Amino acid sequence: MGERSAVIGIGQTKYDAKRIDVSMPGLVREAALAALADADLRWQDIDAVVVGKAPDMFEGVMMPELFLADALGAAGKPLLRVHTAGSVGGSTGIVASSLVESGVFERVLCVAFEKQSESNAMWALTVSTPFSVAVIAGAGGYFAPLIRAYIRRSGAPEDTGIRVAVKDRQNALKNPYAHVKIPGVTFDQVMASPMLWDPIRYLETCPSSDGACAMIFASENKAAKSPGKPAWVHATAMRSEPTMFAGRDQVNPLAGRMNAQDLYAKAGITNPRREIDCAEIYVPFSWFEPMWMETMGFAEEGQGWKMTYEGATALDGDLPVNMSGGVLSSNPIGASGLIRFAEAAMQVRGQAGEHQVDGVHKALGHAYGGGSQYFSTYIVADHKP
Amino acid sequence: MRDVAIVSFAQSAKARDQRNEVEILMPVVREAVKASGLPRTEIGFTCSGSSDYLQGQSFAFVGALDAVGAWPPIKESHVEMDGAWALYEAWIKIQTGDVDSALVYSFGKSSPGDIAEVLALQLDPYTVTPLWPDAHSLAALQARAFLEATGKSERDLAEVAVRSRRSAIGNPHAVVSGEFDVAKLLLEPCVSSPLRAHDLPPVTDGASALVMVAGERARKLCARPVWIRGIDHRIEPQGLGVRELARSASTEIAGAKAGVHKGRVDLAELHAPYSHQELILRAALGLGESVDVNPSGGALASHPLMAAGLVRIGEAALRLMARDGDRAVAHATQGPCLQQNLVCVLEGD
Amino acid sequence: MELVKSIVTPVSLDYDYVTGRAQSRFLRGIAEGRILGQRCVECRRVYVPSRGACPRCAVPTEEELQVSDKGTVTTFCIVRVPSENLSFTPPYACVAVLLDGANIPFNHVLQECSLEDVRMGMRVQAVWKPAAELGPSMSSIRYFKPIAEPDADYDSYKEHL
Repeated sequence: MGERSAVIGIGQTKYDAKRIDVSMPGLVREAALAALADADLRWQDIDAVVVGKAPDMFEGVMMPELFLADALGAAGKPLLRVHTAGSVGGSTGIVASSLVESGVFERVLCVAFEKQSESNAMWALTVSTPFSVAVIAGAGGYFAPLIRAYIRRSGAPEDTGIRVAVKDRQNALKNPYAHVKIPGVTFDQVMASPMLWDPIRYLETCPSSDGACAMIFASENKAAKSPGKPAWVHATAMRSEPTMFAGRDQVNPLAGRMNAQDLYAKAGITNPRREIDCAEIYVPFSWFEPMWMETMGFAEEGQGWKMTYEGATALDGDLPVNMSGGVLSSNPIGASGLIRFAEAAMQVRGQAGEHQVDGVHKALGHAYGGGSQYFSTYIVADHKP
Repeated sequence: MRDVAIVSFAQSAKARDQRNEVEILMPVVREAVKASGLPRTEIGFTCSGSSDYLQGQSFAFVGALDAVGAWPPIKESHVEMDGAWALYEAWIKIQTGDVDSALVYSFGKSSPGDIAEVLALQLDPYTVTPLWPDAHSLAALQARAFLEATGKSERDLAEVAVRSRRSAIGNPHAVVSGEFDVAKLLLEPCVSSPLRAHDLPPVTDGASALVMVAGERARKLCARPVWIRGIDHRIEPQGLGVRELARSASTEIAGAKAGVHKGRVDLAELHAPYSHQELILRAALGLGESVDVNPSGGALASHPLMAAGLVRIGEAALRLMARDGDRAVAHATQGPCLQQNLVCVLEGD
Repeated sequence: MELVKSIVTPVSLDYDYVTGRAQSRFLRGIAEGRILGQRCVECRRVYVPSRGACPRCAVPTEEELQVSDKGTVTTFCIVRVPSENLSFTPPYACVAVLLDGANIPFNHVLQECSLEDVRMGMRVQAVWKPAAELGPSMSSIRYFKPIAEPDADYDSYKEHL
């Protein structure tokens, strides 16, 4: 790693099915202004801007960061637009941190967003070419068979997914920004919800949300001048593999495992389960929690479901996961990865309010995208690396 | 700052390619990697640029990974921008020290859709897109503003086109090339006044790729590596009414930050999809008459949208490698009417 | 005065889609009732549908061969949620089929089978449109149906999960 980089400002919008109260510029500014206020900075103090977003068909605007340049105070500045499918939020944070780590910039604003209510996300995901047959119904239709494969491989009890959903939905009640809130949510309620793509039920599925998340990364020099507690970036990692090739393991992808190894090596971590205090992991369908616990090395292969069962991933467990309610509770697709990074940093900075875990020194943010093929992760801590 | 050099470059361009994007990209990436002398598995970072809307499919860039060989898994990223910005992200990554080399590629087919219409989606969706101003018409507004502000004429624009097409003779990647007569071209009808067909970029399908390496290793891989001495990019507000269309303020800033005038400029590859834009960019970068502008023919001869900016950098680098000069400026643009610009200063070893 | 809160802008863009050489050969095969695959010269694996390249080895795939239209269901899901663009009406079973001779499954739909009976390892066969209706499109295969063969051993397809 080059120069040190730290998170000094975080802003989120209220996530909702349709943020009809704001336009796209309004949405991104809501998050960006909150981040600037958190860092006690003005637009002029920002040196460069990174925008992250998933497919442009979700809004029906090609390269919307272009028309949003002035809304984000980017006129006269360098602006980059990252797009790495679902992991884009994470990649956005990593690119922003890289701009600081390179030594070229001192304060970088990144904003990841999706205003998918403006177009039709299900349509945008299913747009297919002629000559093909549209059988896969959206992301759920793509991942459900993989989940079935995981269940077969691991022998996990069929209700593991339900337990994850209940936990995340209970956590969401403690997050003022969360979209889906079901007061008094119960196991039976999740189990009784309609089956969408067997074995995924409605309440085990992420919503479609509008929202934006913003973060400000700063150099060591500028972080020292910032009023809040910086969350120091200890490591970032990105890994990708092709979507489909003969013999590919889509349940526990090598790219995910290598990403984790690279991340821990850079952060000097040898026992992630013990050394990381909490994690925000990209879980769009409940079963991804046990699956990613294994990929990220928190559990042995085939054992991830036990962490859920034992309550290890609960807010009061030994490795809380998705304290914010996770992607299951709020899912503006382009932003979801950055929200994981933001919530991890909030835990380190003691900003998570009702869903704050006590004594967090080191937290992990994780995002994945595409056909479980793109992985972007980072680790932040309350002390310099 | 680490010294980073371009050690290889490859491209493909055709008016209408019967192959799909992966088939177009694969030989270009293979050629660039092979020419670099670095085994594929030793390349530290891969970054690409492309646009979903060009392909009419979400996640269009995902399929492109098949062309690259992302197995074993690679450190990789993607920008929904011209490949020149993918190069920038890769350059930054090398500066962080995380990697020492990078493969950068970009691709795009403009032929499947009506490109000028598709680009109307690149605007403010609430107040501008509903009017469906196509890209050529927006450029024409800028051209009109430029002619009025500078006193230049439509003849001056035609001369840019004629010179570009002449330079493109012998460029196997040119879609339009040859000897043309300014007077005859001016007799053609306007497509969108004051622009005529020769002032517009040709519809092109193509791809480009290059490999960059940090430090001494570059010299071991390439007879004359081309060092990136300065690189910067800036964006302006999009609204046509809130900026001066007759000049490119963001190019001026980027050029200054990249250090264009820290030395003599032998040649410049400027990404000007419209003839008047070449004149605007020349002025913005302070390039005098002695500078050889667009020896490749430029974007008027070949314009694989999303790859064309990276092609400018690659074309400039190839000429320096061939010792056709020692120091060059390469420029890339995107967004309506030169909204966003990247400037790169290159020096042969 | 009422504020304008939103506007609707219909967007319609037409694209001439080019399949590319490999996919074109595959579709022409389908039009003749044949399923074609391509073998990678380096890893020797057979890709169906043919895509012109092996993503694992990053080399063009040129060796062409025909594979069976019988295969094994490696995994599946029951789609219950409706969506625009879908070719079938939910609920239906979306299955990943590993055709005999191929090394990678592809997705299609299972019919002539009750949803409760769909399981991993089932042996299935393509049901084609009548010869006169065959064309260069995956829809020439109407769907897959179960056949009376014992389920495939888990080990024989577990690497494709």
